[in-house]
Amino acid sequence: MKSVYLTLVLAPLLGAVIAGLFGKKIGRTLSHSVTILGVAVSCSLSVWVLSQFIADPGKVDNFTIYHWLVSEGIDFQIGFLVDSLTVLMITVVTFVSLMVHIYTIGYMQDDPGYQRFFSYIALFTFSMLMLVMANNFLQLFFGWEAVGLVSYLLIGFWFQRDSAVYANLKAFLVNRVGDFGFLLGIAAIFMFTHSLDYQDVFAQAPQLALETIDIIPGNSWDLMTVICLLLFVGAMGKSAQVPLHVWLPDSMEGPTPISALIHAATMVTAGIFMVARMSPLFEWSETALAVVLMIGTITSISMGLVGIVQTDIKRVVAYSTLSQLGYMTVALGVSAYAVAIFHLMTHAFFKALLFLGAGSVIIAMHHEQDMRKMGGLKKYLPITYWTTFIGSLALIGFPFFSGFFSKDSIIEAVAVSNIWGAEFAYMMVLLGVFVTAFYTFRMFYLVFHGPERMDHHTKAHLHESPLVVTIPLILLAIFSVLAGLVIEPLLFGEYFATAITVKPEHNVLQNLEFHSIIEFVWHGMLQPPFALAMAGWFLAWFLYMKRPEEAERNKQKLSIFYNILAKKYGFDEFNAWVFAGGARGIGQLLWKLGDAKLIDGWIVNGSARLVACFSGLLRHIQTGYLYHYAFAMILGLMFLLLQIWYIAPAP
Amino acid sequence: MLLEQILFYFFATVLILSATMVVTSKNPIHATLFLVLAIFNSAILWLMLEAEFLAIALVLVYVGAVMVLFLFVVMMLDIDIATMRAHFIRYLPIGLVVFITMMVEMILFVGTRYFGLEQFAKPVAKSADYSNIEELGQVLYTVHLYPFEIAAVILLVAIIAAITLTLRHKPNTRYQDPSHQIHVDPKDRVELLKMPAEKL
Amino acid sequence: MVALSDYLILSAILFSLGVGGIFLNRKNIIVLLMCVELILLAVNTNFIAFSHYLSDISGQVFVFFILTVAAAEAAIGLAILVVLFRNLRSISVDDIHTMNG
Repeated sequence: MKSVYLTLVLAPLLGAVIAGLFGKKIGRTLSHSVTILGVAVSCSLSVWVLSQFIADPGKVDNFTIYHWLVSEGIDFQIGFLVDSLTVLMITVVTFVSLMVHIYTIGYMQDDPGYQRFFSYIALFTFSMLMLVMANNFLQLFFGWEAVGLVSYLLIGFWFQRDSAVYANLKAFLVNRVGDFGFLLGIAAIFMFTHSLDYQDVFAQAPQLALETIDIIPGNSWDLMTVICLLLFVGAMGKSAQVPLHVWLPDSMEGPTPISALIHAATMVTAGIFMVARMSPLFEWSETALAVVLMIGTITSISMGLVGIVQTDIKRVVAYSTLSQLGYMTVALGVSAYAVAIFHLMTHAFFKALLFLGAGSVIIAMHHEQDMRKMGGLKKYLPITYWTTFIGSLALIGFPFFSGFFSKDSIIEAVAVSNIWGAEFAYMMVLLGVFVTAFYTFRMFYLVFHGPERMDHHTKAHLHESPLVVTIPLILLAIFSVLAGLVIEPLLFGEYFATAITVKPEHNVLQNLEFHSIIEFVWHGMLQPPFALAMAGWFLAWFLYMKRPEEAERNKQKLSIFYNILAKKYGFDEFNAWVFAGGARGIGQLLWKLGDAKLIDGWIVNGSARLVACFSGLLRHIQTGYLYHYAFAMILGLMFLLLQIWYIAPAP
Repeated sequence: MLLEQILFYFFATVLILSATMVVTSKNPIHATLFLVLAIFNSAILWLMLEAEFLAIALVLVYVGAVMVLFLFVVMMLDIDIATMRAHFIRYLPIGLVVFITMMVEMILFVGTRYFGLEQFAKPVAKSADYSNIEELGQVLYTVHLYPFEIAAVILLVAIIAAITLTLRHKPNTRYQDPSHQIHVDPKDRVELLKMPAEKL
Repeated sequence: MVALSDYLILSAILFSLGVGGIFLNRKNIIVLLMCVELILLAVNTNFIAFSHYLSDISGQVFVFFILTVAAAEAAIGLAILVVLFRNLRSISVDDIHTMNG
């Protein structure tokens, strides 16, 4: 098994190295072939491993590959922990990655950085696999930073554009904030357990829960809460939760395939995965869980609302991603880790599908992303139209589509949870369903229906995307429909029994009734979420199909809310003003006062002036006359003699 | 014993007087000659202290070499004696004050209080076959060999330093440059001309 | 009996004369150098007196080295003096004050 896992991880890395270092020599075709081959090997191996785990979900493979170093008895190592959670993740990652690889052939066709792009996404696949397969915190952190690095590189892929450079810098900086918390969390764990190994740490969790920590002297805080909150700060950065979400919408500056792969399906879910992986720790801190729930709730509803007013097709999907990540976080908050992972999986498929569909539209529109310049694309792009339709239905949670199962489970889980804030969260996620349906179909109608608003030149060249683009769409559409059917083993079966730890009093899933999929669907259709989703869909249809002038009029009427949403609640302005402006202000102050005045003025020049002043006085003693110096020496000698005379003992 | 004391006080008095003359005499040549006298007197006192080699060395080195050098320099330099003495009286008080305070302070120290005969008894006189130079040589060439060699180097350095300091290159002095000489090519010096014999 | 203190007092007087001479002779560096020789003579006499009264030959070894160094010093000092006179046409101490701060 060891060699299987090693091959699984290293195959994409090999592809990345070959395409990255020798890309220019071996040419485009060979570059994409070698990376796709690498990812395909990973994907097929993951599927094979998954099949084994389906047969035996309780299996845990934990072994060390390489001892990096041993210092003071602490073993830093690279190793793999493969259990049912890991396997599910690697299957999703490698599958979506493979789809994106194939799709990229069509999307990046004319780009001069073709080989570089393939090298990056293969490298991303490797990093993500390292992250999810880690068996210790150090390797987790390595993967965490490595995916962050690749994300940075890919957002700034078109580095000639100022906006792309700005966006990748922003993503990098915001992620630093999260990573700092994450690193502190790991450090806290290490400080109290003296181990970085997952299983060691998890075994010590019950003892850790009893300890307290004094961060500010005199204030004892619950250690587990501190650790979990710090770790969650990391998750907030990577999974773009409020207030560290600001980088994700801007990351849409990158090419669409990576928006699908990194900023929708895989990397941004790393935070969700990490919290689920750390469930043995989070279970011991109700405070941390409540915070997680609140952050998730706020993210899901507020970001969904922003999605309503966006005009850029990719940004709508990006805000949708934020909102859905909020849903996953809500699920984590109510200890329904399995549900969060389930939604992560279904979301990976349908959101990748939506992004790739948006990408297909963008190709057809010659890289025009403004929805106000689209419309009526249905007849030009039939495959894209139908696959996007499927993706949209999955996103709003239409019965029998994958999103329905996962999102309904989340809402049900929140409803039965009794953790602090669960009622508020329940209201908000219900509202979120309505909002989701509204913005999804707003986008859908604006793009594919209604009058054709594009210019003639673009219109003349409209045609369906090539096969390498549509095949991934179709495959992902199939999975977007079917992925929900695994709900029974995943949520109510034994699949996650060993991988995820839930305390009995937190276990919301056991309070849910589940008999069969059909029954679950029937039950779901009678619940408020379904009605709300339908209402949202109807409203979108009414406002953008039936009475387009009504949308404009309402926009005027609700201009205050519209402006708040269009400004995205002013997070960017706030950050620019407080953090960037504050840092500049402090820097200015320190420069003017500390550097120029204190250090340069007083310490550097001041000491020189002081020396000059003193020596100006002392130079008058230096007459240059020999006998003056001799006189000084003799005076000293006389003084010494006198001193000795008084000290010397009488004979 | 009395003879020894008489000799000591006599030579000591002459020494102090001649030293005073060194300091106060108007003419530097006189000062030099009085210094020679002072050195002779201290050489005699050193002899009384059974340091025969050093006493002779003092006379040879100082009187024979150093003082001659002083005399040579004094005579070589064209010094205006009149201006030299101009401020002598003005500086006399401070010189006297320094001299007296230092002397009193030091005599307070080195008087019989600490260094009298009770503390340091007069050692028994050495026998007639005692050789001071042999004893000094014994330690100088064994224990102090390394400083001895350094002293030799210091003397060498002093010779070189004194020469280089006073050496002057006059621009119109003619001298030979050996390296130039050995690099000469005969062709530069002699030109052989082949001339046809004149036809008569 | 001549005591050690007698020699030491003699040295002290000689030394003080040398030091006082430095103050008196401000116009002539040559006499200044002679004063330094007087001071060295006083020091050497001390060494030899101690060597004699302590019956230790080391004192004489010291004097030997001091004589060597003093000879070197006198040679170099006079050389400097000659160069100085060539440049300044004077050997007055008052004229040598380029070290003035």
